[in-house]
Amino acid sequence: MSGEIFLFLTLALIAVLTALGMLFSKNTVYAALNLVINFITVAIFYLLLDAPFISLAQVTVYAGAIMVLFLFVIMLLGIQQISAELNWRSLILPGVLAAILLVEGLYLMLARTGAGLAFSVTTTAALANPSEMSKQLFSDYLLPFEATSILLLVAMVGAIVLTKKEKGGDA
Amino acid sequence: METTSGLFFFLAPWIVFAPLVGLLINLAIGQRLGEKGIGAVAASASGFAFVTALLQLYSLSVHPEGALVKVAEWIHIGNLALDWTFRVDTLSVTMMLVVSGVGTLIHIYAIGYMHEDVRFKHDVPRYRRFFVFLNLFIAAMMILISGDSYMMLFVGWEGVGLCSFLLIGFWYDMDTLGRPSWANSNAAKKAFITNRVGDFGFLIAGFLMFWYMGSFQFDAVFAAAPEVAHAEPWVITAITIFMLVGVAGKSAQIPLYIWLPDAMAGPTPVSALIHAATMVTAGVYLVTRSWPIYGLTHDGQYIVSTIGAVTALFAATIAVGQYDIKKVLAYSTISQLGFMVAAVGMGAFVAGMFHLITHAFFKALLFLSAGSVILGMERGHHHLPHGDHHEVFDPGDMRNMGGMRKTMPVTFWVYMIGTLALAGIFPFAGFWSKDEILLDAAKVFPHVYIMLAIAAFFTAFYMGRQIWMVFFGEARHAAAEHAEESPQVMTIPLMVLAALSILGGALNLPGVHTLTHWLEHSVHLAEHEGEVAAWLQVSWGGLNPIVALISTVAALLAIYLSWLLYGRNPLKAGQPDPLKKPLGPIFTGMENKWFIDEAYWFVFVDRYVDLANFLAQKVDWDFWHEWFHNSVIARGFVGLTRFLADPVDLGVVDRVSYWLSDLVKASSESLRKLQNGFVRSYALSVLLGVVAILGYLLFK
Amino acid sequence: MVSVNYYLALSAILFTIGALGVLIRRNALVIFMSVELMLNAANLVFVAFAREYGVFSGQIFVFFVMTVAAAEVAVGLALIVTIFRSKQSIDVDEMNSLKG
Repeated sequence: MSGEIFLFLTLALIAVLTALGMLFSKNTVYAALNLVINFITVAIFYLLLDAPFISLAQVTVYAGAIMVLFLFVIMLLGIQQISAELNWRSLILPGVLAAILLVEGLYLMLARTGAGLAFSVTTTAALANPSEMSKQLFSDYLLPFEATSILLLVAMVGAIVLTKKEKGGDA
Repeated sequence: METTSGLFFFLAPWIVFAPLVGLLINLAIGQRLGEKGIGAVAASASGFAFVTALLQLYSLSVHPEGALVKVAEWIHIGNLALDWTFRVDTLSVTMMLVVSGVGTLIHIYAIGYMHEDVRFKHDVPRYRRFFVFLNLFIAAMMILISGDSYMMLFVGWEGVGLCSFLLIGFWYDMDTLGRPSWANSNAAKKAFITNRVGDFGFLIAGFLMFWYMGSFQFDAVFAAAPEVAHAEPWVITAITIFMLVGVAGKSAQIPLYIWLPDAMAGPTPVSALIHAATMVTAGVYLVTRSWPIYGLTHDGQYIVSTIGAVTALFAATIAVGQYDIKKVLAYSTISQLGFMVAAVGMGAFVAGMFHLITHAFFKALLFLSAGSVILGMERGHHHLPHGDHHEVFDPGDMRNMGGMRKTMPVTFWVYMIGTLALAGIFPFAGFWSKDEILLDAAKVFPHVYIMLAIAAFFTAFYMGRQIWMVFFGEARHAAAEHAEESPQVMTIPLMVLAALSILGGALNLPGVHTLTHWLEHSVHLAEHEGEVAAWLQVSWGGLNPIVALISTVAALLAIYLSWLLYGRNPLKAGQPDPLKKPLGPIFTGMENKWFIDEAYWFVFVDRYVDLANFLAQKVDWDFWHEWFHNSVIARGFVGLTRFLADPVDLGVVDRVSYWLSDLVKASSESLRKLQNGFVRSYALSVLLGVVAILGYLLFK
Repeated sequence: MVSVNYYLALSAILFTIGALGVLIRRNALVIFMSVELMLNAANLVFVAFAREYGVFSGQIFVFFVMTVAAAEVAVGLALIVTIFRSKQSIDVDEMNSLKG
């Protein structure tokens, strides 16, 4: 067993554990922190997969901006937990369904793609180069890229409008 | 037409238009004109037609080939081309002159006659109607005789039939004695329906003609006839026979003559004009006009002339037993028409036409005189003390008359002239024309000659009987005693007609043969080709002395016989007819018209009524109404609707729709539980769906 | 070098945990986090396959997904704040005014 696999398994274990931690933590703040760690592990996976730009974006956008936003909201609303939130009996049906989904997903992905120990493409120098990616992003994917900017603008405006207290309004 | 410039052929349509204008004037403003005005308009309309006919006569004397004057296109379909064209030739102009001439005289007579008639019958407003009908008749008759095709002739044929119907039923709400009854209108219906039977034959003949000869137009039909006769001889015979049916209807021949005696229900001028002088001769005219067809078929000729002869004899015997002055004349007319039909049937067209003309004169004279007698009787009856007025008095019954030569001298004398002319006494008109027929018959069909000769004997006898009964002896009724002569407006036409009856024979005197030469332009006469007995070959310019002698002697003998029976010992009031005892049942048969009407009733009318009753009661009511409508349709429909309402509508349609609505309701009630507002349960559904889809992909 | 299958397996596990989180938690914020986890699981597969086939498109897709996720979180959190203001709660089981 090479060190790489060891590294993968360790990280995978952390990822699963933090995910489960998020799932079962009663306190919302803990859940958020668990998710931050999960995101960071995923960022490391991205590095392992020769995607440094995505990896850094993952850290800044997800672990940084998004999760900080979550924490701000938790803080703003002042509610860390909801009483008697987890009902073990109501977990049965979703659990069974989720188990089936997992089996199905695993079978579909693993059996259909064929099992191999190594990636088929070995030379990844170009892939790991963010400038190459940016070339594609600003040429072939220029239109979707510009569309995302509009999407972000709309989301920003929408968030402001939604949260703003109306003058003399009911909300 | 180019050779006829300067002549009056173009005026021919006025022969029809003049009476039409007259009747339209009377229709429009007759009420304001008054009786005199109405009569003057009608008579001058007829007179104008007569003048037009005279102008045609003049034109023909210059240009004897005649002319065709087209007025309007009528029917043009495919090969069929019918126009309203006036055929002006010697034959049609002869008829025009007779119709308009006699017609005008009768119009004048009718001014006086109807004046009294409408007063006797208490219905003055009918005066105008009478003259409108009379003018309409003249117009229709002119269409008949001037038409250039069988169809145009048929239009007139139907037109005169209509006028006949209208005028027979002129006093439609009473009987001949003025009592409220439907007798007169029944007589009109009888005439109309009997004529329909004849028209049916005419139409069949017309259709055969069109089918085999391709036209209705006279010249075209005649041109095609010899070819058809050669190829299919039966067609010509069939046409002549079916045409004979039409002739029998219109000209009152056996077996369709039965309507004519009843037609005497009409006013007497109508009897004179329509049912003696003109309309009933239409059949004779038709046969004459169709001479090229009749000339082609010996069988047809034989049948036609035999029918005519039998009719002549048969009707003459009935006339002997009649008591009504007009009925005697009616049967006499049938008999004389039989003479004419027999004549034209055997190809003696000129003799037939000659007799038609003279008969028009003396029979119109006799009828009008009879009308004068009847009015005289009515006037006499009117002057009687009032107590007698309520008895039923028949002014036309000869048993009520007697001795009237003293009270009505003018009428007596013209009646005498008419009688002598009809009896065929030299030198009156009837002698010449009847003699010509008898001679031709003797040459062509001996059996026809024998029947006609006997009929001539009877003719003289019943006319003698009538004279003795009406004018001689003593009055058998107070009314006859007080009878008064008619006014001049009636007697002057009588005198004119009397003159014509005396001189009419001059039209075709032996050796001169004016009419024969005249008609030769229209009717080409073939000499009889068969063997002729020696005694018949004697000819004094066309007159056979032996035939003439036989008929004259027979006529005189008959008159003498009638004098023995009725003149020497005049009939007393209430005394039975002197013939009754010696003849017994034979006379009863004559009196009752040989029970032909009863036989017709029994054979046709009663059977028809039976059939109608059967159809009405059994077929229509019992079968259709009771059974079919009520049982089949109504019950079936009720059954069907009940079936549709109960099992189908309630059981199937309603149940299905209720079930559907219940289903929707139930499913929506259960489905709305899914819409519980819990986001997580929606998410669960989504996950369920994902699992299911993945499972499907897994096992695909 | 580990095979792409390992990443796929990990991704499936993470996705399932995310889905389970959406189903069993009543806290709207945690449900939201679970959604983010599922997105991450999907992103991981994208990047893994980009590596497998040596093309950029997987990475570029992940870039767009991140953008969309950011926008979604901004709007979603604003919604949660607004709902909390009116209901004084972020329990999704209390947000059932659309019940049929």
